[in-house]
Amino acid sequence: MAPQLAITLVFFYWPAGQALYQSMLRQDPFGLRTKFVWFANFRKVLADPAYLNSIKVTVVFSLATAIVAMGVALLLAVMAEKAVRGKGLYRTLLIWPYAVAPAIAGMLWLFLFNPSIGSLAYLLRSLGIAWDPLLNGTHAMILLVSAAAWKQISYNFLFFVAGLQAVPKTLIEAAAMDGAGETKRFWTIVFPLLAPTTFFLLVVNTVYALFDTFGIVHAVTGGGPGKTTETLVYKVYNDGFVNLILGDSAAQSVILMAIVIALTAIQFRYVERKVHYG
Amino acid sequence: MATVDLKDVKKVYPGGVEAVKGVSIAIPDKELCVLVGPSGCGKSTLLRMIAGLETISAGTVAIDGKVVNAIGPTERDIAMVFQNYALYPHMKVYDNMAYGLRNRGTPKDEIDSRVRSTAKVLELSALLDRRPRELSGGQRQRVAMGRAIVRNPKVFLFDEPLSNLDAKLRGQMRVEIKNLQRTLGVTSVYVTHDQLEAMTLADILVVMNAGLVEQTGAPLDIYEKPASIFVASFIGAPPMNLLALTGSSSGKTLADGTAIGFAPPETKATTLGFRPEDADVTFNAEALSGALVLPATVEAVEPVGAESFLHCAAGGSRIVVRVSGRATAKPGDQLRVVAKSEKLHWFDQAGKRVD
Repeated sequence: MAPQLAITLVFFYWPAGQALYQSMLRQDPFGLRTKFVWFANFRKVLADPAYLNSIKVTVVFSLATAIVAMGVALLLAVMAEKAVRGKGLYRTLLIWPYAVAPAIAGMLWLFLFNPSIGSLAYLLRSLGIAWDPLLNGTHAMILLVSAAAWKQISYNFLFFVAGLQAVPKTLIEAAAMDGAGETKRFWTIVFPLLAPTTFFLLVVNTVYALFDTFGIVHAVTGGGPGKTTETLVYKVYNDGFVNLILGDSAAQSVILMAIVIALTAIQFRYVERKVHYG
Repeated sequence: MATVDLKDVKKVYPGGVEAVKGVSIAIPDKELCVLVGPSGCGKSTLLRMIAGLETISAGTVAIDGKVVNAIGPTERDIAMVFQNYALYPHMKVYDNMAYGLRNRGTPKDEIDSRVRSTAKVLELSALLDRRPRELSGGQRQRVAMGRAIVRNPKVFLFDEPLSNLDAKLRGQMRVEIKNLQRTLGVTSVYVTHDQLEAMTLADILVVMNAGLVEQTGAPLDIYEKPASIFVASFIGAPPMNLLALTGSSSGKTLADGTAIGFAPPETKATTLGFRPEDADVTFNAEALSGALVLPATVEAVEPVGAESFLHCAAGGSRIVVRVSGRATAKPGDQLRVVAKSEKLHWFDQAGKRVD
């Protein structure tokens, strides 16, 4: 048997199977007895207001992160393309944050915006903003989105720079002679031609925000205050490893698996086939 | 509709490369001016400066009497047909053509009628709902033309528009462009490196070399009186035969020692030239007065159909003679090439024409 297949079996199929199996079990508080309950865990989870809240939080967080990360990256890429001197340096500096581990990125932002010691929090307060991410859920979410987006901007920036370079210069010139100003040229010519890049990044960013931001959530807010920043992935961890409700946690991770499969299908079906011009 | 006047236009790139070294051209209203020259002669740069896509380092470009140096391409009201067509790949043919009108806030129904009537002229009516990638090279070329025409601009610019087409289509489009330009009466500037295109299209022909204008004039005037050796060898296919002269003013001889038999119009002439069709070949040995007679050896014969080209060694150089119909000469034949003295061109040491 090929070693790759063995690795997939041990590290993917076996745990995935275990998750599926565990999602249909219910244990007593001491872990002494286990009962097979079919889909009762799923019914319980999907009816739980805390879980529905977590879905809402995740949607807000993912969308905001994807939009901010992509929007800022696109803006920076357009500006980097226009730079006459120091293009290379500018690009290198913008790519660096990608090398920072999520938890470290989270800590950086946490320190900067910590209400008692954060230098930027001090600045915000001196501007008259009652900044308090420890008690205010909206502030916590803003902080979380900023930290998560900041890390992803580098990646998006790289792809947008490559995408912008692939737009033929003569098209921009033709549009200029057709009477389109700079803004109009961007929205009617450049942006539509970036569509393949944009769709690809939208999927990648959504997946990132959904599944790769555990470290940031854990470091910055720990899901709080209350449950205002508890994303689906964070709730899996909380219910399973903190609250030790293994059946619920497994059911949640199976739901997440279904979401990943759906997103992958969307990427294959629409992104890789449809959004190309040539 | 508009004149185009270039006065001492220069282009110096950062780094000091001088692509255009002071060019002045006056294009009257409704005329088609062709800029022709080898690659790197600055013709495309000059066109891009007229378009506003390159800044002008010195001199002025005026359209309709108004200097446009400081005006961007968006406001110059010029349309350009690019070498690679530069059609917007994500738009249908209709939207490609309508784009410029929409940007200028033309009312919707007017856009529609103008796009449809232009499409009709260019036989594009059936293709309006297609995207550029679904079109053939010739159709894309037409759309690019349509996009320019529909806007009814002051000036058309063409940047080697036919170089991506096959030979047959190129010939067709050449005639079509000429007809369209004449019917629409729009002042045009056309850049090409193809001297045949240049000759057939131009009202005014501008021959450029190394960032400078070598000669400006009507195509046939340039053909008949090339101002320099460069023009003589660039315009005309096959190019003019050029032979170096040595010796004193009274008895000039060619490189192989053949005396030319009469005095050149100017003593400073160092090169003589004649066109392939202005010479004839003969097997007779009698002397001919008032004509250049060169003993020649045929090296190759190129039959093209209606005419044949004889490649010969003569006067210490290689020359080409055009004979109509089929040539009787064979490679290796010894014969004499005869060119009437009034059909000869003379050039001085600097390569300039002397008469």
